[in-house]
Formats: sequence, structure tokens, C-alpha cells
Amino acid sequence: MIPELGFFALILALSLAIIQSVLPLIGAQTGNARFMAVARPAARAQFLFVVLAYACLVTSFLLNDFSVRNVATNSFSQLPAVYRFTASWGSHEGSMLLWTLILAFWTMAVSVLSRRLPEDMAARVIGIMGLISVGFLSFSIFTSNPFERLLPVPMDGRDLNPLLQDPGMVLHPPMLYMGYVGFSVAFAFAIAALLSGKLDAAWARWSRPWTTVAWGFLTAGIALGSWWAYVELGWGGWWFWDPTENASFMPWLAGTALIHSLAVTEKRGVFKAWTVLLAITAFSLSLLGTFLVRSGVLSSVHAFATDPSRGAFILGFLAVVVGGSLLLFALRAPAMASGTRFSAFSRESLLLMNNVVLVSALGSVLLGTLYPLFLDALGMGKISVGAPYFNAVFVPLMVPALFLMAVGPLTRWKGASLPEMVVRLRIAFVVAIVAAVAVPLAAGEFKPWVSVSVGLAVWIAYGVALGFRERLKHGGSLRSLPRGFWGMQLAHLSMAIGIVGMAMVSGYEDQRNVKMAVGDTAQLAGYTFTFKGVEVIEGPNYRAARGHLTVHPESGSDFALSAEKRIYNAGGMPMTEAGIDYGVFRDIYVAMGEEIEPQVWTVQLFYKPFIDWLWFAAGMMALGGFLAASDRRYRVALKAKDAA
Amino acid sequence: MNKRLIMLLPLAVFVVLALFLGKGLFLNPREVPSPFIGRPAPQFALAEVGNPARSFSPKEMLGKVWMLNVWAPWCVSCRQEHGVLMQLKDQGVVIVGLNWKDKDREAAELMARMGTPYVINLEDLDGRVGIDYGVTGTPETFLIDKQGIIRYKQTGPINAEVWTEKLEPRMKEMAK
Repeated sequence: MIPELGFFALILALSLAIIQSVLPLIGAQTGNARFMAVARPAARAQFLFVVLAYACLVTSFLLNDFSVRNVATNSFSQLPAVYRFTASWGSHEGSMLLWTLILAFWTMAVSVLSRRLPEDMAARVIGIMGLISVGFLSFSIFTSNPFERLLPVPMDGRDLNPLLQDPGMVLHPPMLYMGYVGFSVAFAFAIAALLSGKLDAAWARWSRPWTTVAWGFLTAGIALGSWWAYVELGWGGWWFWDPTENASFMPWLAGTALIHSLAVTEKRGVFKAWTVLLAITAFSLSLLGTFLVRSGVLSSVHAFATDPSRGAFILGFLAVVVGGSLLLFALRAPAMASGTRFSAFSRESLLLMNNVVLVSALGSVLLGTLYPLFLDALGMGKISVGAPYFNAVFVPLMVPALFLMAVGPLTRWKGASLPEMVVRLRIAFVVAIVAAVAVPLAAGEFKPWVSVSVGLAVWIAYGVALGFRERLKHGGSLRSLPRGFWGMQLAHLSMAIGIVGMAMVSGYEDQRNVKMAVGDTAQLAGYTFTFKGVEVIEGPNYRAARGHLTVHPESGSDFALSAEKRIYNAGGMPMTEAGIDYGVFRDIYVAMGEEIEPQVWTVQLFYKPFIDWLWFAAGMMALGGFLAASDRRYRVALKAKDAA
Repeated sequence: MNKRLIMLLPLAVFVVLALFLGKGLFLNPREVPSPFIGRPAPQFALAEVGNPARSFSPKEMLGKVWMLNVWAPWCVSCRQEHGVLMQLKDQGVVIVGLNWKDKDREAAELMARMGTPYVINLEDLDGRVGIDYGVTGTPETFLIDKQGIIRYKQTGPINAEVWTEKLEPRMKEMAK
């Protein structure tokens, strides 16, 4: 009964989404206020029914209703309750429903927080988001029904993919989707502006907080995914340039460019067409990412079930949404007047350079991700593009962007003096060069990329410090600085921290693969590992061999580590659960390999310097985004309207 | 360049991209052509599972069209495929099983319980023969002709569709 209720709720949500898109869009075009007024209640009702549908799905999972195909293939009676909950989005059908739910949530948020918007603008934005909802709800209902029944009813489920049974996977998909789908708001604003022809600073101001919040979620989501890969895949890696990872990274790059160009459009009224194009691009890449992951056109470590009819549906949807938007853009954008002029050295020009670099980087990732598909489609053979390409192309592209990151925020709008800037930053430059030489030498071995990265990190950090000093030169306290300023500086500083983490771990990580029997020892990076043996553990839905080691550092006290090799009861899939000792300056990471003789195991030992700086930086960056979006000026506008 | 044309550029790029994506839907990225196709099947001598006295070598099959099915008891898709193989056996298809890296020695018990589709099931405990055949995972199936040449490799489980569209036509051709 519950699954049928859920499916019924989905059908009602689809009907409401159609109303939510058709009437307000017609109303806004014809100036019919009654039609426009339908937008908000329809969006809220649609949200309620999608929530109801999702609740039905979760209930089916929690009650172990194996008559539902989705539950039978992705859950298991012995699965712990928290993973039965997360299994609701562990499958293709479930994750598409989560997409829809989060889209409905964002639409609802727009309907609540859009009181200061002109009525026709709000109607258009909600209407366009409704159109996207129509697409995704139809997709679920017609090709990916999460409530499909299964006959005969199996005795037990096939269990959630063990890879997904990890705390990192509890939060990663919702966070990622909050980001992905959140760009639909910026997209809807852009299309609404194109439709109305009112593309002005006010439009940029409305779009900014939504974009920044979505970007913050996406940042956090990507970082959680990276942390999950580090802990769960047992290879000690944190980024693999896998197509699925790239699928989330490309919208992030476009979103980062969008945040910056929105700032210019709001403050100076320039780059309007470009900003609109970026808003369309960021959301199009979210849709493209969904297509790549869901259709199976690219092989990937975590690609899900593949089905050409689903791929065809998403591609058709992609063609309508992206093709339609770009056509609208091509028709309307030429009429948009470019605003005021700015000089060759100004904050505008630096932000333009930032955008050029970010978009080039985005292009390089897109090319590398789709290149195997291009060749295959042209019948030119099968290849895979791996980390060497991305590292060789993407990483050098980031250098100018990072260099400009310190300069941009210190530069005035309209025009600034380059010689004056050189004077202001000369000490920063010297400090950065000293750090670039000293840090790699102190670490024991000079590596060019570590040197460049550390130099850039110090350069950026110095720029952030200088920014605060100049803001406080004429008095005032740190608390009096606007949150927008804080958010930007936090995000920039976090980039410096993240670069140090990436450079140090890439430059100085160390690993060994050793064969160990009880009592054996192995050395790595000044740590002595002693193998204490293996015990067999019965988990809730798996059996594990848990290996115990003690680690003796050169200085400080010994500590114990344990790593597991799990065999899951349903399916018998083996999984590694790494043992990690986290530290500010290094992680010690062990993973169990195979039992090659009785009581003799291969064990992988890793030394990962500064790796946690990466995830700390990502958290700080997301926080910066949220802080910036909560800036007073976005709320002041809201209050002024309320008072009036 | 004309401003209008520049503004059309994103759309043009997208159209090209969409055409490739559309083509991509009908390609399978996991289908990697095996370099062994057209080459003689690598020779080996392996014992039958549970019967070390009986040894088998591909030479014995010269003059017959047969399938070498690489599988393992711990492999879920192999179990899906098992039912199809049982039907093929009933149709008279000669299938040799290569029981790959079965450290827990579960194969004999499993075959006793579920029936065996194989004329002989071979024990490749350390996976060495699998390496000679370029096996990357289970299940994989090789079609070998009367001259002992590998003519086709199926990666992933055989289902009714794979059988009727890919394997059966080839085996009929090879039997001529």
C-alpha cells in the first residue's frame, strides 16, 4: 500500500509541476496577475507531494519491504537502519527521486524567500524550475519508477553496494545534489531575465546568494566524496579524475566562475551576457553530469546500472533544456548592452582573467572526460584518459588563477595603478619566494611543484592578510566587516590551505606493500609498523578479518591501528576498511590486502603528509560561501520591502 | 565576427556535443576488443575440480566448436549466467568451465547443488591460465573454433539476448 501511495504522490506532484510551470509562465508573458499568483502555492504543494513520495520510499526501506524491486536490489534485512535509510538514494531510481526532492526543496525555498522580487520575475523563476521538475518527475514515473513491485517476493534483499556502506556516503549524495540542483536557481533566474529582457544589476544581486549557497554545498559534497574515496577504496588516493568525479567537478568550476562574474555584473553592470551564459553552463553541466553517470556512456568505478532508454530520456531532456536555453541566449543576448568601460588593469579585468582561466580549465576537464567517447563514436578506437592528462593540463592552468587570487581583491574597480600594486605586494612576493625555496628544502627533497604551490599559497595568504589590514586601516573592528568580505577571504585563504595539502601529499607521500606475519615489522617514513595478527569479526551484515598493528613513531608514543577486510553476507563482495591515524601534519594509513598463507597477509602502508588540510580547506571554503550568502545587504533589501 | 554569430557559438558547441552523446548511448565502453581474437587459444594443462587425476588441455577439443567459460563461485553475475548455461548445455553446446581463483574451493559443492553446465570444470587456482587468456574479471567467455582459434570473447554474463544476438550466430558460422 505504501509504495502505491508514493507512486500516486509522484503523479500528483507531476500534475502540480505542470500547473506550476505553465500558468505562471503564461501569466508573466501576458501580464495576467492571477496566473502568476499560482506559482507559489503550486510550488509548495508540489514540494509536499514529492516529500510524501520520498517518505514512502524511505518507509519501504526501513520496513524491509522486499516486494519493492528497489528495496530488494538495494537493501538487506541485516543492513543497519542508517544504511537502510541511505539505501533509499543508493540506487538509480532512488537517487533520481532525491534529485527531484532537492529540486522541489529549492523551488519551495525560492517561493518563500522571493517576496522582494517583482511578481513577474518570481513567477518566471518558479515556472522555469517547475519545467525542470516536470522533466525529472516524468523521468521517474516513466522510466525509473522507484516503487515498482517485484513478483515473486524474494526472501531477502541483495544488499546495498558495500562501497556505499560508509559514513561518508550518508552525507555525500544529498550535499552534492544540493549543489548540483541548487544551480537550477541561478539558471532559472538567467532564463527569466532573458525572457523578460530585464538583465540588470538587480538580477545579479538576486542570483548571487542562491548561487553562492549552491556552490558551498557542491564544495562540501565534492570534498565528502573525496574523503569517502580515501577511506573506502583502500588505495589511499583522494582524487582519481574519474568521469563521475569530473561530472561533479565541472559544475563546480563553472559555478566558481559564475560567482566571480556575478560580482562584476552586480557591482559594475558589465559581463551581462557572459554571466547569463555561465549560469546556463553551470546548470547544463549539472544535467550533463547526471546524464554521464546515469546513462553509462562512460565507464567509471562507480557508474550505476546502465539502460539506453534512460540515457535517451535524459539526453532528450538535456537537448530541450540546454538547447532551448542556448537558443534563447543566442536570440536575446545580442540586444543586451554592455555596460560601462573599465581599464586594462582593474578588478573587472582581473576577474575577467579569472573567468578565462576557470573556463579554460573547465574545457580541459570536459575534453578529457569526453575524449574517449569522441574517439569511440568516430570509430577511432578505445582509450581511457587518466590522471596524467589532467595533471599535465589542468594543474598548470590553475597557476595564473591562483596568482591573480591575491591581486584581485586588492585592486580597485574601474581602474587601478599597476606600479602601485607592485609596491603594495613586493613584500608578499619576497616572502612567497622565500617560502617556495625554504619549505621544500626543509621537507627533505626539493620538488618543483611543491615549491610553486607553497609559494602561491603563501602569496594568497599574504594577500588575504593585506586585505584585512587595508580594510581596518581607518579603524573599525573585525566584526564590523561585512560577511561578504569575510566569506570571500575565508574561501581564498582556504584555497591556500588546500594547495599546501595537495602539494605536500603529492610530493612527499610514501607507501609500501609488505607481506606480514604476526610479529613482523616494517619501516615507512620513520614509522615502525608491527603486525599483531588478525581476528575474525562478525559485523551486522558482514564478516571481517581485522588486522591489528602497532605503530612506533621516531618521537612520541606508540599507537595502535586496525584495518579490516570485509566480506559482505549478501553477494560476498570483499571490501577494505582502512585503518587511519589522522594528524595535523600526516595521516598514517593501513589497508589489508590478501591472506597469502595462513596468518600471513599483504598489508599496504601509507604515509600521507598534510592530507587532512585538503578536507579542512574544503570545509572552510563551503563555510566562506555560506557566510558570504548571509551578507546583510541581501537581507536588508528583504527587510526594506517588508517595512514598506 | 558578427556579434549574433558569436552568441550562436554556445548553441553550436552544444549541438555537436549532444550528437556525440547520442552516439555514445549505443556504444559500450566496457566492450574492449580482445587481442586474442583470431589467435590460437593458449595451451595449458589443468586438472578437473575435485578430480586431480583427470587433466585437460585445449588440444583435446580440436575439431569441435566449444566455449571456455571463466567463472568463480564468489561471482554474482556468474550465478545469473548459470541458468542460461544450463539451458545451452541441454541444447548441446560444449562448455568448458574455468574455475578461476576459487580459493575457498566452493565450486564442487555449488555444482552439486545447482547442476553443472560444463563437460569439464577446470581448477585454475592461482589464476595463471586466466592471465594467459587476458581475463580481467568474471564471467568471461571465449568461443573457440575447430582449429583451436579464439573467435570471440564475451565480457560479462551471458543472457538470452547475448546468446541469440552475439554467440549463437557465431557458433553456427563456426560449426559449418
